Amino acid sequence: MDSYDVPESTPSASSRPEDYFVGATPLQKRLESIRKHTSFIPTPPRRKVPQCSQLQEDVDPQKVAFLLHKQWTLYSLTPLYKFSYSNLKEYSRLLNAFIVAEKQKGLAVEVGEDFNIKVIFSTLLGMKGTQRDPEAFLVQILSKSQLPSENREGKVLWTGWFCCIFGDSLLETVSEDFTCLPLFLANGAESNTAIIGTWFQKTFDCYFSPLTINAFNLSWMAAMWTACKVDHYVATTEFLWSVPCSPQSLDISYAIHPEDAKALWDSIHKTPGEVTQEEVDLFMDCLYSHFHRHFKIHLSATRLVRVSTSVASAHTDGKIKILCHKYLIGVLAYLTELAVFQIE
Amino acid sequence: MMSVLRPLDKLPSLNTATILLVGTEDALLQQLADSMLKEDCASELKVHLAKSLPLPSSVNRPRIDLIVFVVNLHSKYSLQNTEESLRHVDASFFLGKVCFLATGAGRESHCSIHRHTVVKLAHTYQSPLLYCDLEAGVQWCDHGSLQTRAPGLK
Repeated sequence: MDSYDVPESTPSASSRPEDYFVGATPLQKRLESIRKHTSFIPTPPRRKVPQCSQLQEDVDPQKVAFLLHKQWTLYSLTPLYKFSYSNLKEYSRLLNAFIVAEKQKGLAVEVGEDFNIKVIFSTLLGMKGTQRDPEAFLVQILSKSQLPSENREGKVLWTGWFCCIFGDSLLETVSEDFTCLPLFLANGAESNTAIIGTWFQKTFDCYFSPLTINAFNLSWMAAMWTACKVDHYVATTEFLWSVPCSPQSLDISYAIHPEDAKALWDSIHKTPGEVTQEEVDLFMDCLYSHFHRHFKIHLSATRLVRVSTSVASAHTDGKIKILCHKYLIGVLAYLTELAVFQIE
Repeated sequence: MMSVLRPLDKLPSLNTATILLVGTEDALLQQLADSMLKEDCASELKVHLAKSLPLPSSVNRPRIDLIVFVVNLHSKYSLQNTEESLRHVDASFFLGKVCFLATGAGRESHCSIHRHTVVKLAHTYQSPLLYCDLEAGVQWCDHGSLQTRAPGLK
């Protein structure tokens, strides 16, 4: 197993000191090494900071409850140019007009489509990691009720929200005019996501790209979420692997009782508050060898596509469902990191 | 008996070079070997394929001049296999007779191994690392630490 040194504070013995400077972002380090024509000695992908951070005090659990138990499709978003939180009403109006115009063009016509929609922009208070993170905001498309007597809000057709949790490495590199909200989560019809994406790209000169989660990151998520202490388990811990074979790929599903998974993790975990690469590798290797002992199949030669725990579940195509409000910020922090990495 | 591959335990043959490819993916190794044999070579080139080391001692084979360890970034199993096989290679091989080949980097979404792991492996063994993709139509993304690509392959 590889052992990684702590990044930035103690350079590993094999690297030259001038290749490192304290506090550099990975992008800066890479540029520096290219400029000096030296070979880039890699820093470890990460040595995780404490994984279960408490939700900020000023967040009302009721207000964020609608974010849980929903499947979100993930996108990474480049910084927004000249976005202002005081113009949210204006943006609602503009986006509303844009959506109606697009739909009337016949570009995204669905049978029985209701053109009486209302777009609402609102801020999501407290959805941030540090004070530096920009405020998260939410966009919702609601169907306006046809009956005049009913003045309540209609059904929510589409929800999308933008956030940035512990996005320091990105925040450092952009200027004042830009708002960094690298993580975008969408729930609802794909056609709506496309229209709204187009409007944002035109208005704020940004770029959306679908955020995929590779097997490496899925194993990290599996380990971190298994490590989280949960009062009562709502779901079994489940993994799904895809075996590449022709003509059709096979899927292998492996379900473990969540308490057993936690017991396995506790026996591996050494440093309190931190998760290391070796621990993640060992955790997955234990599962692989157990499976191999029984079925003589090397799961390590297949591709992990889905991880499901009581905290959250994630699919490689960039789909996430968060089940536990206590670790909402923790899950989002990791996703923000992946989004920032994809942007850079 | 634990057989360790040694670079100088056999006499060299005239105008012949033998390359040993070690990796878990048979189809990949076969494709790589075929491509290499198609290239113009000053001497006669022989390519041996092996799933892992140690090699069976009963077979009569020529002296190995270069070992290429093929690691598929999509498969942790292939990395573990490489790490196991490295134990059966004599230290003097690492003076320029070993090379690491990483495949699958182009498809980031399918990677189970972090690129840094193979970079660190190559660095530990003081041997070059090449990236190569044998799949047609793979989109290359910008990898800052990408070194050279194997000639004749994508």
